[in-house]
Amino acid sequence: MRRGLLLHFVLGTLFGIVLTKTQVISWFRIQEMFRFQSFHMYGVLGSAVLVAGVTRRLVRHSVSVLCGDLDDGTLGPPPGERTRFWAGGTLFGLGWALTGACPGPLFALVGGGVGVMWVAITAALAGTWAYGYLRPRLPH
Amino acid sequence: MTLPEIIRAPWPWYVGGPLIGLMVPALLWLGNHRFGMSPALRHLCAATVPGNLTFFQYDWKRSGLWNLTLTAGTVLGGFIATRSFAWTDIAISPATQASLATLGVHDFTGLVPREIFSWASLFTLRGIISVVVGGFLVGFGTAWAGGCTSGHGVTGMASLQPASFIAVLGFFAGGLLGTFLVLPLIS
Repeated sequence: MRRGLLLHFVLGTLFGIVLTKTQVISWFRIQEMFRFQSFHMYGVLGSAVLVAGVTRRLVRHSVSVLCGDLDDGTLGPPPGERTRFWAGGTLFGLGWALTGACPGPLFALVGGGVGVMWVAITAALAGTWAYGYLRPRLPH
Repeated sequence: MTLPEIIRAPWPWYVGGPLIGLMVPALLWLGNHRFGMSPALRHLCAATVPGNLTFFQYDWKRSGLWNLTLTAGTVLGGFIATRSFAWTDIAISPATQASLATLGVHDFTGLVPREIFSWASLFTLRGIISVVVGGFLVGFGTAWAGGCTSGHGVTGMASLQPASFIAVLGFFAGGLLGTFLVLPLIS
């Protein structure tokens, strides 16, 4: 357990280094992407998807790779959901363009010394909490 | 290039992208976990203010301790990498620089534009919308969609999930809306 957590911490550290060195945490790079003015972010995402798609087959695993909620499957999404993906995705994309950071980069940015991003993380927590509150009334 | 120069240099997409992709098999191998960063937000809510909401009623330590540990590592990684990094070496596309200049962004030397993301400009209209509203939408949207750039964009698309392709189309719809509609309005 402890050793497993330590390895996850090390992996997270490497992830933060890669996100930063590849400038995925740069607001400017995100702007280039949404303005279709540079290949950089498309190259990052495309090659990440390609490598993940090939290498995940090399590892024996039993976890469902369906994008849902928690990976132990306890609160996974019921089949047939559609609305949540485009509606939630669009709201997320709007936030991504404004902050220039998705959740991973938000955390790398505070480590990188952009202290004001703690406010963005707090706001993101408030957003996740608000979703939890409104969940019974939202279409999925 | 000398070794210090190589360490300080920014990495091109074909180095960083594949390394990000390797997060998927690494996490499967380490603990049979699905790569995704946004669950950290949910776990943090569940750990601190779950309220009476069913969305936060689960054993966050059992489901999420690995994810929160990974996230803590990401903070350290950002710290380490920015200390060994010459940010001025990053060449932002001239077209983007020209577009952003019309929005009042002139300093392209940092991780983020200092004109927007600083304590001093947090309480301007642009600061509040970029940091607070933007952050809120990131948290709300990712919880509703059930994943972010890593969960849907990398893990989901790599396993050819139709839901993830829909979500990523949504990411871009929202991103274009933010870039071409909201940013000019608040600048």
